[in-house]
Amino acid sequence: MNELPQAAPTHHAAHHRGLIGDQPPPPDVAAAARKIRRETGFPVGWLIAPAALWLLLFLVLPLIGIVIFSFWDASAKGMTPDFTFKHYGAFFVVEGFFDPESRNFLTPGVFARTLWSTFRFTFIVMFFCLIIGYPVAYFLAMQVNSFKFQLALFLLAMVPFWTSYLIRAVAWLPMLGRRGLLNTALVNLGILDKPTSFLLYSEFGYTMALVQLYVVLCVGPIFFSLAKIDRAILEAARDMGANSFQVFREIIGPLSLPGVAIGMIFIFVMIMGEFATAVVVYGGKTSTTGTVILNYYAIANYPFAAVNAIMLMVAMMIGVVIILRVVNIRKEL
Amino acid sequence: MARWTVRRAKRVGTKAGFSVYYMLFLVFIYGPMIAMFILSFQGRRGGTSFPLRGFSLYWWNRLLEPSTVGDLQGALGRSLILALIVMVITAIFATMLAMAFRKRFVGSGVLFYTVMAGLMVPGVLLSLGLATLLRQLGLPPAWWHSGLGVHVVWTLPFGFLVMMAVFNRFDESLEEAARDMGASEWTVFKEVTLPLILPGIVAAGLFGFTLSYDEFARTTLLAGELNTLPLDINAQMTQRIRPTLFALGTASTILSLMMIGLFLLIYTALYRRSH
Repeated sequence: MNELPQAAPTHHAAHHRGLIGDQPPPPDVAAAARKIRRETGFPVGWLIAPAALWLLLFLVLPLIGIVIFSFWDASAKGMTPDFTFKHYGAFFVVEGFFDPESRNFLTPGVFARTLWSTFRFTFIVMFFCLIIGYPVAYFLAMQVNSFKFQLALFLLAMVPFWTSYLIRAVAWLPMLGRRGLLNTALVNLGILDKPTSFLLYSEFGYTMALVQLYVVLCVGPIFFSLAKIDRAILEAARDMGANSFQVFREIIGPLSLPGVAIGMIFIFVMIMGEFATAVVVYGGKTSTTGTVILNYYAIANYPFAAVNAIMLMVAMMIGVVIILRVVNIRKEL
Repeated sequence: MARWTVRRAKRVGTKAGFSVYYMLFLVFIYGPMIAMFILSFQGRRGGTSFPLRGFSLYWWNRLLEPSTVGDLQGALGRSLILALIVMVITAIFATMLAMAFRKRFVGSGVLFYTVMAGLMVPGVLLSLGLATLLRQLGLPPAWWHSGLGVHVVWTLPFGFLVMMAVFNRFDESLEEAARDMGASEWTVFKEVTLPLILPGIVAAGLFGFTLSYDEFARTTLLAGELNTLPLDINAQMTQRIRPTLFALGTASTILSLMMIGLFLLIYTALYRRSH
């Protein structure tokens, strides 16, 4: 017992003994932590102010502007402040809509039908993007074992996302034309006996070009959600005798749904607002709501362009809600 | 043993099948661009589709004549300058926002969804909204203010998501250690935080540069009198299409690919250094 050092005399009751001399009193750790938390880092206000101001100017105000201008009246000089629903009326109904005698009785307006066909067409393209893109993501996430190889192949599939989609649309012209590569290939393979013209400036060519332009957008998100799946679960399922199809239906499919939903939302939003490809690959033969907006801007009917824009926005919100109904991202993440 | 080999053979078969599918996918997404690239060397008398009639640099040379393609050099210069400015602003804003989002603050939810809205709102809508607004205010649009504004709205969410991911894996104890040693906030940022998040900032910059350089929809109504490169390409498509357009497309794509390569090199170098 004697070899233990004697406790040093304390000067202050609150001080406690340490190994080397006296130690200061134990601080109120929680309070200090709270104080430090509040003080560390740059002030939040300064960090968010520039970006928030930028978004207000270039995102929020333009959107509010569209809503307001859609109620204004078109005039020779542009727009005059008003509160009229006539542009909304022109969007939805044609003359004679309410007249049972008329030929146009209950015929929806041509612009509403354009929006509907844009919507329908977008879903077709999304479907093809999903069935073409999913196996690619599956291959990259599940079949490639070396990380370096996986990263390289993934980047290779994603590079087109960082190049101009306008140029990629132009690149379809030599493929689809009457003397284009696809026709030549089909004739040489004996599938066709003479070149067909249904490829370029047709719905078929347009769909194919859009799928090619946008499919990479769903490969990324699906890849990430597949890569997060714990391999041990798959192993366990196989050990319990599940075949590949069962493993996919019960585990891989459901767990990759968030990625599918994010990819589909991405593609949906892009194609709903699409107008350039329609002009390049479809030769402007079809109108999308995007082309309608630009056409009415060009003839200086800004309120009607604004109405089309708002309806496009509403249709997009409905579409996103439908996708989120099918897949509850928040629950799945 | 036999069972094992059957299973193994099956697995190898599946893998081979998927590999072939992946190759076909690459042909699908790169094929048209490669065809365009080859056709840009079309002979002088050749047209916009195969077969090649000779091999020449005729259409490439025509790119350099200002008369044939309008103000191409000017458009390219403007696009590059714009992309560089967007890159810097995206990187700075994305970093600042992600740093703010490390803490909870009032209105963080609203701000998050506003940033993300930049991704969701179609370009044609944003273009229309700002163009009509500027018209009503009597301000003419120009690529360097209204164009710049909507480009950053588009690129910011990408950069922001990258930086959020970076800070999610960030070890805060390093900063706290520096603070405990008496470093000021600014010193902590400069000496500890910044070197660690630099690869992420470069990645955010990559999104800013490439997405702005290629952006068309958002600039349509907002570039004013002087075109950016995508607007110039679009203007050429409304005229008769010649192989010059393919040469221009190839040149622009090669430039994009070079920028991506450059960014990836810088990213890997910085990533190696920060780990």
